[in-house]
Amino acid sequence: MHPITVTVNGTKYERQVEDRLLLSDFLRHDLLLAGTHVGCEHGVCGACTVIFDGAPVRSCLMFAAQTDGHRIETVEGLAVDRDHLHPLQQAMRDCHGLQCGYCTPGILMTMKVFLEETPNPDEAQIREALSGNLCRCTGYQHIVEAVKLAAERMRK
Amino acid sequence: MNFRLTQPAILIDINPLNELAGVNNGAGERLRVGALTRYRNLERDPATAQHLPLIAEALPHIAHPQIRNRGTIGGNLAHADPASEMPAIVLTLGGRLRAQSAKGERWIDAADFFVGALTTALEPDEMLMEVELPKAPPRSGACFMEMSRRRGDFAIIGVACTVRLDDHGRCAEARIGLCNAGDGPVFATQAARSLAGRAIGKNEIAEAAKLVQSEIDPGGSIHASKEFQRHLAGVLTMRALTKAGERARGSA
Amino acid sequence: MNVATRNFGAPIRRNEDPRLLCGQALFVDDVELPGMLYAAFLRSNVAHARIRSIDVAAARARDGVVAVYTAEDLGAYWAPGPLLVPPPPIEGITFNQRTQVPLAKHKVRHVGEPLAVVLAQSRYLAEDALNDIAVELDPLPAVVDLEKALTGDARVHDDVRGNIAARVRQSRGDYAAARSRAKHVIARRFLYDHGASQPIETRGIVANWDARANQLTIWDTTQAPVFLRNGLAGMLGLSERQVRVIAPFVGGGFGPKIMLFYPEEVVIPWAARRHNRPIKWIEDRLEHFFATTHERGQTHDAEIALDADGRILGVKDVFLHDTGAYNPYGLTVPINSQCTLLGPYVIPSYDSTFTAVFTTKPIVTPYRGAGRQHGVFVIERLMDVAAHELKIDRVEIRRRNLIPPDAFPYNNEIIYQDFAPLAYDSGNYEPILDKALKMIGYETFIAEEQKKLRAQGRHVGVGVACYVEGTGIGPYEGAKVQVQANGKVSVATGIGTQGQGHFTSFAQIVADQLGVDVPDIDVVTGDTDQFYWGAGTFASRGAVVAGNAVNEAAKAVRQKILKLAAEHFECAEEDLEIGNGEVSVVGVPGQAIKLGALALKANPMRGAVKPGTEPGLESTQYFGPPSGATASGVHAMIVEVDPQTFTLDVLKYVVVHDCGTVINPLILAGQIHGGVAQGVGNAFYEQLVFDDDGQLLNASLADYLLPTALEVPHMDIAHTVTVSPLNPLGIKGAGEAGAIPVGPLFAQAIEDALGLRDRNVELNEIPLSPGRLFELTVKLR
Ligand SMILES: Cc1cc2nc3c(=O)[nH]c(=O)nc-3n(C[C@H](O)[C@H](O)[C@H](O)COP(=O)(O)OP(=O)(O)OC[C@H]3O[C@@H](n4cnc5c(N)ncnc54)[C@H](O)[C@@H]3O)c2cc1C
Ligand code: FES
Ligand code: FES
Repeated sequence: MHPITVTVNGTKYERQVEDRLLLSDFLRHDLLLAGTHVGCEHGVCGACTVIFDGAPVRSCLMFAAQTDGHRIETVEGLAVDRDHLHPLQQAMRDCHGLQCGYCTPGILMTMKVFLEETPNPDEAQIREALSGNLCRCTGYQHIVEAVKLAAERMRK
Repeated sequence: MNFRLTQPAILIDINPLNELAGVNNGAGERLRVGALTRYRNLERDPATAQHLPLIAEALPHIAHPQIRNRGTIGGNLAHADPASEMPAIVLTLGGRLRAQSAKGERWIDAADFFVGALTTALEPDEMLMEVELPKAPPRSGACFMEMSRRRGDFAIIGVACTVRLDDHGRCAEARIGLCNAGDGPVFATQAARSLAGRAIGKNEIAEAAKLVQSEIDPGGSIHASKEFQRHLAGVLTMRALTKAGERARGSA
Repeated sequence: MNVATRNFGAPIRRNEDPRLLCGQALFVDDVELPGMLYAAFLRSNVAHARIRSIDVAAARARDGVVAVYTAEDLGAYWAPGPLLVPPPPIEGITFNQRTQVPLAKHKVRHVGEPLAVVLAQSRYLAEDALNDIAVELDPLPAVVDLEKALTGDARVHDDVRGNIAARVRQSRGDYAAARSRAKHVIARRFLYDHGASQPIETRGIVANWDARANQLTIWDTTQAPVFLRNGLAGMLGLSERQVRVIAPFVGGGFGPKIMLFYPEEVVIPWAARRHNRPIKWIEDRLEHFFATTHERGQTHDAEIALDADGRILGVKDVFLHDTGAYNPYGLTVPINSQCTLLGPYVIPSYDSTFTAVFTTKPIVTPYRGAGRQHGVFVIERLMDVAAHELKIDRVEIRRRNLIPPDAFPYNNEIIYQDFAPLAYDSGNYEPILDKALKMIGYETFIAEEQKKLRAQGRHVGVGVACYVEGTGIGPYEGAKVQVQANGKVSVATGIGTQGQGHFTSFAQIVADQLGVDVPDIDVVTGDTDQFYWGAGTFASRGAVVAGNAVNEAAKAVRQKILKLAAEHFECAEEDLEIGNGEVSVVGVPGQAIKLGALALKANPMRGAVKPGTEPGLESTQYFGPPSGATASGVHAMIVEVDPQTFTLDVLKYVVVHDCGTVINPLILAGQIHGGVAQGVGNAFYEQLVFDDDGQLLNASLADYLLPTALEVPHMDIAHTVTVSPLNPLGIKGAGEAGAIPVGPLFAQAIEDALGLRDRNVELNEIPLSPGRLFELTVKLR
């Protein structure tokens, strides 16, 4: 067991965690932040993507114990509430960028950082940035449109 | 570990060792990359872009941004996956690696470091500290190309090459390395040697590509037969050498 | 009084999205209950073997393990699952029913078949304990290849000779006579392999037995909650009322989540009852490759007979279908292949026979397209070969054979998967083809661009493929529409939803009938306590069948609203208007009542109601179409192929589709995009690779290649509309259309790009890949 102190979406949590507990399981089942999804547990699908010290990472490829003293953002921290969505969330809704919504949290966290770093992306850049997140429902087109729209709105 | 293929009794988290992270761009002809440097740091590092064009070109092919944000150069080299890009590049560039244990430290040449599939010259008690790579010299060009099923997948075949020209525009030195072409990264000695002292023309390149095909020993997989890998090694060698030659001619 | 169509047909944003976008939607793995146990299954690591012994003593003794069960422990509860879809009434068919079992007994028949289950305090501990179980297996020869399965000695089921799961012949007209009259007869062998659906959420189940309430609650990633409830109630000896199945948000299904009574689905509820505790099982991705059903390969030997002008006189097809180790889903997949092969063409004679073969591989059940791809591939490739041999343009030969618009309803005279004759209700195919050609720029591409690009050394080709899709089959769905006292409207149906936007489409239908805004309509799907009856989400039927039921229920509620309001205002119903959440008297300002207030009035506390009056503003209605509505479409694309590495770049992709009346164009586009993406995966990236021992060689998402945003092209979509006469809304299903014609499209366009026709190379198989193209074009020549 490891004692850890980790800040998730601005809230500080102190917990004892087993060495082998994956960060994804810790977030979902210990902190009950179940918005972070798990699709493969081997680093390929991207559904579990969270922002770790400002960078998007796969939470299924990290141990909870490694987050001691660090900062994590998850999908739960994006919007003020359901009626006040982050521009990226709003654009995803406006463009129908989600169907089952299972991949969506990972995509939002990846694209949030991408848009901060690339405020004026073209389609090729968006697709490249999206390529680490699998979506089986949408064929990606509406997601690409949503990211474009969000970028446009966020620039204003 | 996620597949329960290994279940280690002890796991050491070296991520907090910040002093092992980063690129050390000294005044000399060599540049040092700490073992804990992440792919992402290299992608954003101006010294890498300037002095290690081969790495800069290969990085986008390695997995995806979320993986590159965590994956370390040391972890990659110590893991020594034969399909991985970095070992082939370090070998092609003729880098050397510093290993350290409680007993002391030693430098290992890339050619000696990669012993076979997922095996390196590191002793069980040794840790990889950093890798030292030569900066691209003047009048040289480099090119990395790979073919994979999807972007970010491990290469079906990857070719890294550098070409340095002499004052007459002939090849002073060529170096060619491949990934996923054997049970470790492969350095195509004969092909590289065949170019020395000659022009980098169509025929010379085709000849070198043929030699590459005979020097590699790809394993085949569900994604590509050995024959296809060999075919691709030839095709990509030709394309990469041509490009590297052009770049060398274009550089001062 | 007319019903306004403000919402129907509009690209309304989805009601369900805010929850999903904020990470607040409930998926099965999000269910956390006090005292929960976690299950892990021990699975066979060989394809075919007799079980000698399973020793679970060490596992039982491990700290944190609560129980370990094998087939023996299930006692009388152990039984093969029910046959979910009986074979259609076709004369002379052979059908050998062999359905899956909860835990393997005596024999294992595919890698991944469960042998034992561990219940423990955590999932980590349950997985640890799997290593403690000692299994002795006597390996038997695997049955992998379809042709060898028929003739070899190895039997998947000891009593099924030749591993024949089924044999079905269907025909119309006299093919032999047609053949003897024909100017051209072209025969080819086609291989079509369709992969695994791989939704990003795997399967999972949580079961909770509440002894105080005498009730079993199950959260399950199923597409068919009502059937699951009914079946489990029967197996567990409970009444249906005691079982509640909830399919909460489900992270994609695409078919395999309609398969029912998976071993885990049967074992976990049983164990929950036994232990009086909630139990959770969540499939991991590795398990998903074996434990969830696939769709796979068929081998077709097909022949087409044509007259001198390229008109089809008849088609003959004999094919083998891999059904896997068991066949709980009956004949749906091969019957779909058999029927969909006929496509949009006039095929006066047809003689088709298939043999479904048991193999020692995971079970085959429908996956988006459900066998339709295989049939479309065969006919579309036959058309391409015929075009080449008869020297007719690929498009022209298709055009000549299209069913003319005045021929509808068009009866193909064979039986479809829904037991009804395969009749196309409506359609108009030529305008679809023309539109697609125009959008892709077919004429100019062939006449100019391609030549220009070829001269520059670029290998660019075009493809055009047609298809029809039987959708929206019965038996029925129902819906309950209810106006709440707060003025909001609730809608419940029995189907589950996996991202198709039912919450919104159904709300749009109700919104127009009842004059309320879409966000004020709360749709519940997939909870058997909210709606009791239904079949499920499959065969592109959700919108068609449940949508029409919703429409009927909304219409009935509308009638109630008008009747009650007319009494309230003492006016005629004709003088009333519904809108903005209220009923008002036309032309009399201030004379209006909110729907919520009316709902309260409909449920009075005191006073007498008239005999025959039902309280509440609610209605439950059912809809069952007489047969399926036939959607149709054309896909076209331009592709560039690297002639040395055989990597592709799709330069342009267009879809023209006719699915009748469109409820929500945004949702429809999304369905098509997703379908095409899966089609692209099937055509060029995804393949389940088995070795001779029946081992799956690429059971991870690193090696089973789902297309990413870089592989899926941008698509341009257009629609034509021929309204279905089979349902009042005039809609046809659209869930599978995107995926169906992509295989033949890729084969045709790649052939064209590489000029393979001139080199006598035909691409008569799917999936293709760079490696396979190398073998077919470089190595074999
Ligand atoms: C989806 C996906 C796609 C990928 N695609 C590619 C790809 O295209 N190309 C590619 O090259 N890689 C790819 N990878 C692998 C990725 O690059 C790995 O993360 C990387 O190779 C390992 O880096 P790490 O820092 O995570 O090392 P770890 O996984 O932490 O370590 C790897 C091994 O090296 C040992 N090790 C680590 N650091 C040291 C050290 N300093 N000294 C001694 N031993 C050490 C560890 O003990 C372990 O045995 C992919 C991975 C994923 C999940
Ligand atoms: S669950 Fe982490 S990448 Fe798939
Ligand atoms: S919306 Fe279902 S996986 Fe992306």
